[in-house]
Amino acid sequence: MRYLPKSPAERREMLDAIGAKSIDTLFDSIPEQFRLKAPLNLPGPMSEYEIIEYFRARAAENSCGYTSFLGAGVYNHLRSVVTDSLIQRGEFLTSYTPYQAEMSQGTLQAIFEFQTLMCDLTGMEVANASMWDGSTAATEAVLMAARLTGRNRVVVARSLHPEYRQVLETYTRNLGFQIEEVGFVPSGQIDATRLDSAIDNKTAAVVVQSPNFLGVLEQIPDLAELAHDKGALLITAITEAVSLGAVHPPASADIVAMETQSLGLAPSYGGPYAGVIAARDKFVRQMPGRLAGETVDTKGRRGYVLTLATREQHIRRERATSNICTNQALCALAVTIHLCLFGKEGLKELAAQNIAKARFALTELEKIPGVRRAFSGSFFNEFVVELPRSVKMVNAELLKEKIIGPLAIGSFYPDLTKRALFCITETTTRAEIERMAAAVRQILSKPV
Amino acid sequence: MTDRIKKVGRHISQNEGLIFEESAPGKRGVELPPLDVPAVDVRAELGAEHFRESVKNFPEVSEIEVIRHFTRLSTWNYAIDLGMYPLGSCTMKYNPRVNETVARLDGIATEHPYQPQEVSRGCLKIQQLLLDCLAEITGMDTGTLEPAAGAQGELTGLLLIRAYLADTQGRPRKKVLIPDSAHGTNPATAVIAGYSVENVPSDERGQIDISRLKEIVNDDVAAMMVTNPSTLGVFEQNIAQAAEILHSHGALLYMDGANMNALAGVARPGDFGVDVMHLNLHKTFSTPHGGGGPGAGPVMVKKILEPYLPVPVLTLKNGRPTLENHRPKSVGRMRAFGGNFGVLVRALAYTLAYGPGIRQATEDAVLNANYIRKNLEGVYDLPYKSPSMHEVVFSDARQKKNGVNTMDIAKRLIDYGFHPYTTAFPLIVPGALMIEPTESESKQECDFFIDAMRSIAEEAASNPELVKTAPHSTRVSRLDDVTAARKPVLRWKPKSFLETSR
Repeated sequence: MRYLPKSPAERREMLDAIGAKSIDTLFDSIPEQFRLKAPLNLPGPMSEYEIIEYFRARAAENSCGYTSFLGAGVYNHLRSVVTDSLIQRGEFLTSYTPYQAEMSQGTLQAIFEFQTLMCDLTGMEVANASMWDGSTAATEAVLMAARLTGRNRVVVARSLHPEYRQVLETYTRNLGFQIEEVGFVPSGQIDATRLDSAIDNKTAAVVVQSPNFLGVLEQIPDLAELAHDKGALLITAITEAVSLGAVHPPASADIVAMETQSLGLAPSYGGPYAGVIAARDKFVRQMPGRLAGETVDTKGRRGYVLTLATREQHIRRERATSNICTNQALCALAVTIHLCLFGKEGLKELAAQNIAKARFALTELEKIPGVRRAFSGSFFNEFVVELPRSVKMVNAELLKEKIIGPLAIGSFYPDLTKRALFCITETTTRAEIERMAAAVRQILSKPV
Repeated sequence: MTDRIKKVGRHISQNEGLIFEESAPGKRGVELPPLDVPAVDVRAELGAEHFRESVKNFPEVSEIEVIRHFTRLSTWNYAIDLGMYPLGSCTMKYNPRVNETVARLDGIATEHPYQPQEVSRGCLKIQQLLLDCLAEITGMDTGTLEPAAGAQGELTGLLLIRAYLADTQGRPRKKVLIPDSAHGTNPATAVIAGYSVENVPSDERGQIDISRLKEIVNDDVAAMMVTNPSTLGVFEQNIAQAAEILHSHGALLYMDGANMNALAGVARPGDFGVDVMHLNLHKTFSTPHGGGGPGAGPVMVKKILEPYLPVPVLTLKNGRPTLENHRPKSVGRMRAFGGNFGVLVRALAYTLAYGPGIRQATEDAVLNANYIRKNLEGVYDLPYKSPSMHEVVFSDARQKKNGVNTMDIAKRLIDYGFHPYTTAFPLIVPGALMIEPTESESKQECDFFIDAMRSIAEEAASNPELVKTAPHSTRVSRLDDVTAARKPVLRWKPKSFLETSR
């Protein structure tokens, strides 16, 4: 087998050195009745060629050749080949968590750079080395807020990504939390009046998303004030991080829980991505996850280590701030490289292109009889429109044209049937937008 | 020549700074295709209150600078690709390159989790085949591929147990039993699952203490979490008996599958009484650690737990793998968008490469661990004499007499060109040296490692100071952890850089 570096003679030699008659004797400690007598029933073995063929065949059964208008937390953005070629260097790809700092300075310095970039992007003072994704980051941010405030009520915007809300529900169900949801007004923004009355002196945190699931930007400073008035923390979730190239960061929030997928990571049918938690400096000791810090060696040279580990499970066990161990380090590295490549000006231009293309697409769609914008608030690269027909039906027709249509948000919000969430990024061409709009027009013009 | 002079030296990247320190206004590393729709006034479009001019302090660097910066950084790392990485309990095995290729294919990496299932058949088939393979390898009935990592797998498993007990017995019970040799994620997870933790001491052989288990198990115990082989690298002889005791009290047995690399193809947890377990695909199934992640922590279960699996559940509908979201008894959703699919792809590529031959990998892993044990026994103290499987745990008891501890030995190993083993874990071995070579090491590589460890043992006796101040060959010497924690500097700030560089 090509992955195994031993000849039969070497195996024999090693067994002799151990004093074992056969390899089977090394498994004598497993009670006899539990030792497998027959080989496992598994496909393979396969050569490298066959493996590639197998996956090529599967890939051909997916959506190659389709144009997609899906976003809703996962975005298709340009990714430089530089990023992917760098993260495939074996020294990054095949190294472990940098517990042995002296021979892991590359990973540690890159994490330190990631943390810095995340602080600058989100307007926060401290950021961790990554969480599993945005949904678990948002959930861990709530647990963090509960520890910081000693409270257990949480007020959550109904416009927080529905799957994020479900994850929060799964995690908090057994921990005595009380979760209340607050809906949105015609602008698509959270209902601030209802939010104000929902927050009380037992509220640990208010969780909002911006741009929210409906694509609309929230008034973060106003919401922060409502939360702070009652001693609660404001958590802002961000699923579309590219927006921060043009949108004011949620600097008045206390904790930011962000998904970084759109900064250089492939959609990859759901993952791996990287979440991050960023917060005020004073909250750092209640943060979950790894942190890299700057220090010096015995000769005074600058270097980096994992630090504040007394928060973590391998030291603190049942009193840890979280159970997270393995995080999304390589994804965070990809994000770091991606952001360095784009830099200040590149990110700004990228964000501006998204805004222009989304605006263009909305304008094209609004020209179609019966199609109208559902919410009036400012948006980045996603918006909801109301269609005169079922979104499911329209999407089924679009699929025949090799177009993956917008998300039918009625599946998450039963009161929002016939509403479709469109996402347009810099990767969507004008021609594709026009072709989609023409197809929608034609589908809607057919008699029912 | 001082260290501060930026010149090519023996280590060409000695003085590579932070990327922010390379930045100068007007440079960039990416150019976008021209905008093909009318440009908009961004400030007017978003509203002045939402508008951001640009991200302050973001770096401005060119493509070649990004390439050089991260390539130089990479040279400061050790890696499996460079040599043996014997971290116990971490299973640092070879990460096959073909896995990386297939995970990046168009039609695999490009797929959106919300796209219609009729244009996702390939993704669903990949997941179904992996799930079937994992069920065969573990002897379990079914499972979920959703958990993002081992620790989330643990949480998923405990939530399944909780839901099952609440559903079938009317209450989820109160506590989880965890051996003192367990990984720290186990107790941390139990707390998030809403359980209290009762630590169970190991017996004198480092095994589950069956008589003690009989005493403490009662109607408040929901489950016991057992790592098998244990963190000592020893098979739990009484695992089936422990399962029986738990089951007779209506409790379940959870197995932490971190050490599955000792069992794949040889024995199946499903056969020895395990009700639910997680696998670390970034350990046993070769997906790259990537400096700390991503991983994936699939959870495999017996039939009784199937109704509670997290959504979406992969099921066969008319013979076709389909994602199902409507499951009234489900514990809910563990993570948005279904899971670390790209990691699952790599794990399946690994499994297909071996097929039933996965047993050979397990045998070689156990052979290597025993070979190292045999050659270092007598040089280092072996606190538990039970037969080793895929890893062996020594202690620094002998070297301590000269003031040399496990961390010192570990740091000295770096000078010999190896990554250290796991230090100071498991907690039941004071000053532990936990060595897991995996199947990826040749006899020659094992011999080099043995020679290095023997040589360090000699140095610890003849020149302890040399060992205690190691490493001597790296870009930086031992780093000041205490100051790092006391006065945390967790991000770069332009001002402090200006001060220090003056």
